[in-house]
Amino acid sequence: MENNAKFLTETALRISGVNPRKCMKCGKCSGTCPNYDAMEYHPHQFVAMVEKGQIEKLMQSKSIYLCLSCMACVERCPRGVEPGKLVEAVRLMQIRQQDKNHKGARDIPEFADESVPQQLLMAAMRKYRK
Amino acid sequence: MIYSYYPGCTLKDRAKQLDICARKSAEALGITLQELPNWQCCGAVYPQVTDEIASRLSAVRALQSAEGGKLVTMCSACHHVLKRTAYDWNADENFRTKAANYLAEDGGYDGATEVVHFLEVLRDEVGFDELKKKVVNPLTGRKIGAFYGCMVLRPGKVLAFDDPENPTIIEDFIKAIGATPVKYPYRNECCGAYVALEDKGSAEHQVDRALNSAMDAGCDELITACPLCMYNLVENATAHKLPVKYFTELLAEALGVKEG
Ligand code: SF4
Ligand code: SF4
Repeated sequence: MENNAKFLTETALRISGVNPRKCMKCGKCSGTCPNYDAMEYHPHQFVAMVEKGQIEKLMQSKSIYLCLSCMACVERCPRGVEPGKLVEAVRLMQIRQQDKNHKGARDIPEFADESVPQQLLMAAMRKYRK
Repeated sequence: MIYSYYPGCTLKDRAKQLDICARKSAEALGITLQELPNWQCCGAVYPQVTDEIASRLSAVRALQSAEGGKLVTMCSACHHVLKRTAYDWNADENFRTKAANYLAEDGGYDGATEVVHFLEVLRDEVGFDELKKKVVNPLTGRKIGAFYGCMVLRPGKVLAFDDPENPTIIEDFIKAIGATPVKYPYRNECCGAYVALEDKGSAEHQVDRALNSAMDAGCDELITACPLCMYNLVENATAHKLPVKYFTELLAEALGVKEG
């Protein structure tokens, strides 16, 4: 693994607290993921790719913005790997970089009218920007 | 029964009914909800990584302000963030040390505040049997589905709210107010959450799937404790629609204290 990939992998593992080596590759996390169809990389692939040090690919993928943080994979993984935490870690590693906020106040779509609860806006800004 | 109460930002605005009906119902049940002074937004979502300290501080301030008593929440998201932060304070030394440094000037926090959802108060402190006795307007014949969503249940180990895979608390609540609970498979799955702003299609997909499942099982209406679930279930339903209410609205109705 080259140096940068090594550094990124270590960071992802450290801030997520996930140990990908516990994964037995059963696929249950992806089977239970409600946004499986929309995500280019599925939860079990996050685990495998982080283990292989392919974090940059994950950081560039739209999948990190499509995870619902629903914790279905976290709750249901029989090995306690908790893949959703890795997705969160990789997304934060991406948006914490300079100029890499994924969304700002100006990116709130037009359909978001007065029916949108504060909680939704607050949640989106917390997940998609520093 | 006297509790500290953390309403949260959305209950002061878009989800007013969740708050107003809760207060009226609490009064009818002899429960005093004392709103915390100067509370701040809980942060809306819990950061799932260990090095996010600052984003959990407003939650710690709420815990600190409740001074070791029971802190009642109504909104699934506030409940989730506050309960997990309370857990972290006691379980994660790194978080506790760093958060305590930030809070040093405001006085300390001893980790004693217990966060409870109002549904837990109804189940564990009032008791559903007692609640049933106080109902003056039983919602007889109404077939109601509980939409739990994710945040109130998961992770089960930390939230300890109910069995995350086969919850019964809201169904038991529905029974206590005289209606008929209808269980359906997608009641504890995600509504689409904040991804509604990023990809409306994926929120629509989650909602349609849940509503289909609820209708197939015979629900005529749904109840929730979460303003975000409420938004998605109402605004992002493309195939079928079901009426959705906050659980406190039906509680107030059953207790005969709902206005309008
Ligand atoms: S559910 Fe757990 S053990 Fe199974 S593939 Fe996913 S991460 Fe690995
Ligand atoms: S937390 Fe994200 S990755 Fe895990 S099941 Fe939910 S949407 Fe899928």
